[in-house]
Amino acid sequence: MNTAVIESRTFNLPVDNIDTDQIIPARFLTTTERAGLGRACFFAWRFEEDGSEKPGNPLHGHRVEQQAVLVTGENFGCGSSREHAPWALLDYGFRAVVSSRFADIFRNNALKNGLLPVQVEPAVAAYLLDRPDQAVRIDVGTRTLSIEGYGAFEFPLDPFSAYCLTRGIDPLDFILQGAADIDRYEEQHGK
Amino acid sequence: MRTAFGPRSEGAHGASGMSDATTLFEKIWRRHVVRPETAETPAVLYIDLHLLHEVTSPQAFAELERRQLSVRRPDRCLATIDHSTPTLPPDADGAYAWHSEQARSQVETLYRNCARHGIELHGWDSPNRGIVHVMGPELGATQPGMTIVCGDSHTATHGAFGALAFGIGTTEVGHVLASQCLLQNKPQTLGIRIDGELRPGVTAKDVILHVIGRIGVGGGTGSVIEYFGSTIRNMDMEGRMTICNMSIECGARAGLVAPDETTFAWLRGRPRTPQGPAWDAAVADWKTLRTDAGAAFDRRVEIDAADIEPSITWGIHPGMVIGVDDTVPSGSPDALDYMQLEAGVPMAGRKVDIVFIGSCTNSRLTDLRAAASILRGRRVAPGTRVLVVPGSALTRRQAEDEGLDAVFRDAGAEWREPGCSMCLGMNGDIGRPGDLVVSTSNRNFKGRQGPGVRTVLASPLTAAASAVTGRVTDPRELLDAVS
Repeated sequence: MNTAVIESRTFNLPVDNIDTDQIIPARFLTTTERAGLGRACFFAWRFEEDGSEKPGNPLHGHRVEQQAVLVTGENFGCGSSREHAPWALLDYGFRAVVSSRFADIFRNNALKNGLLPVQVEPAVAAYLLDRPDQAVRIDVGTRTLSIEGYGAFEFPLDPFSAYCLTRGIDPLDFILQGAADIDRYEEQHGK
Repeated sequence: MRTAFGPRSEGAHGASGMSDATTLFEKIWRRHVVRPETAETPAVLYIDLHLLHEVTSPQAFAELERRQLSVRRPDRCLATIDHSTPTLPPDADGAYAWHSEQARSQVETLYRNCARHGIELHGWDSPNRGIVHVMGPELGATQPGMTIVCGDSHTATHGAFGALAFGIGTTEVGHVLASQCLLQNKPQTLGIRIDGELRPGVTAKDVILHVIGRIGVGGGTGSVIEYFGSTIRNMDMEGRMTICNMSIECGARAGLVAPDETTFAWLRGRPRTPQGPAWDAAVADWKTLRTDAGAAFDRRVEIDAADIEPSITWGIHPGMVIGVDDTVPSGSPDALDYMQLEAGVPMAGRKVDIVFIGSCTNSRLTDLRAAASILRGRRVAPGTRVLVVPGSALTRRQAEDEGLDAVFRDAGAEWREPGCSMCLGMNGDIGRPGDLVVSTSNRNFKGRQGPGVRTVLASPLTAAASAVTGRVTDPRELLDAVS
């Protein structure tokens, strides 16, 4: 997936502390695959137990093709380390999440799968949360979130993740290129 | 197959500029840097112990096979089955009550992967099978100064031994399988000092709930927390594990407690710890693992133990904490709505449908003893269901040797096989919509213990007291009666 530039519209879930049990409930974690978790994404918010749509489903009417950028409250992705959370969001159709703060493990997991965590100042998040369906452009190369009619804002992205995302470099390849260092470390430390 | 992870040789470190005052975190970090962090790349950190379970590993093994890579150090991996396993014993034919065919298949996948790659697996037949964060310490696989990872956010538990322990995602599980290394940007440090004597009825669980309530669910984000002070020093290992376990609930990457005589006494003689002269050498090394006087944390928080009440959660994340006798605060309409509460009402006295005593937070022998101290000679209230799920097969046997199982059964509680069980409800141990569960686990997120289920996090004492009355109950009311 080319994550270098994302041009899309926003979709809002104005809730703080959206935890990984909301993103994908634990009962869907018995899979041994990565694919096909989109239906489980925000399952308890979207569906009744019988699979029918829940009244008040906050994702009702979401045009996922056009609105691939999720905007949420603070501390998105708190809770468990399940990588099923970014897998589910990606399979559902999101390509980036905008929040004023991300949980560490979620951020890591998202970046490793090409789901972009865009951390912005609370005022920028508040602006977007007040105005659903905004046209935005996210440029990984310049680490910039541009909001049509509002402004452009830099977001933090560690250089290594940016490098991996824009060049398609795999972090494991990076580690394994240093195999000689690992050999040497094990030898020197008696491991 | 079994490797005693001995102390690392000190020679290479002796003259490496350690004269500056450093934190415990910094000391462990420095010992494990394979390649240092640069402006462009994270540090490559060596991992001493990789714990695995059935839920977060299958896609990592599949990725290894896709790339035709092998497991670099199977001797540094240790696996068990815990998350999706039934906690009811097998039937007369030896068949387990699997929640789903997929759950069974996931466990079988771990068996296959461990066999193929030569990884020690504590499966159904192992006398040590258990929740991964209960089993690791019990085997003595968890040791001071180690780096430990697991595809599970509660890996922070192992920090109680002075090990730097991170929860990681499945992609990183694959990295560690293939390279025994983890890419890591250096975290910040947060020192939490807790001093003084805990009041009667106040346990380690109440301490960590109080801490999370104080600093918030995002208060530790980006940081490794070191807990210290007299309260921590005087706490047993199980209590320290409970505290470190929930570090992730305030967003911290890890929790740490410096090892001391309590740590060494707890570890001595366990199957994977060094033996004989190697033990003495290990302890001598471990004693250096402490934050030096004058070393600075990026942030500090001070807590007076006397301010801590028996604590519970009232809302939908672990930072929504009050003293058990306090009233529900205002300001979170979503939480009030889900929990069917109004601001200003007390939590104590609310009807309890289920009590769950278990999870990697509170399923160890001391937790079971605490719960039994209240349930002994009493009955579970009519209309309340109580599940007691020991953290491991070893804990279960030890509890039975002390007769704790009889205490629970006589009281009317269910005495289960080890596993994660109702903490996350993956194995089918869940409540009914609307049920109020007083739970010794670690997360009260919406739907975590079943769709529509309302979770109140509490200590084993509070949980047991609530089981007896069928209401959310201050354990001190029943402790007084005991004494």
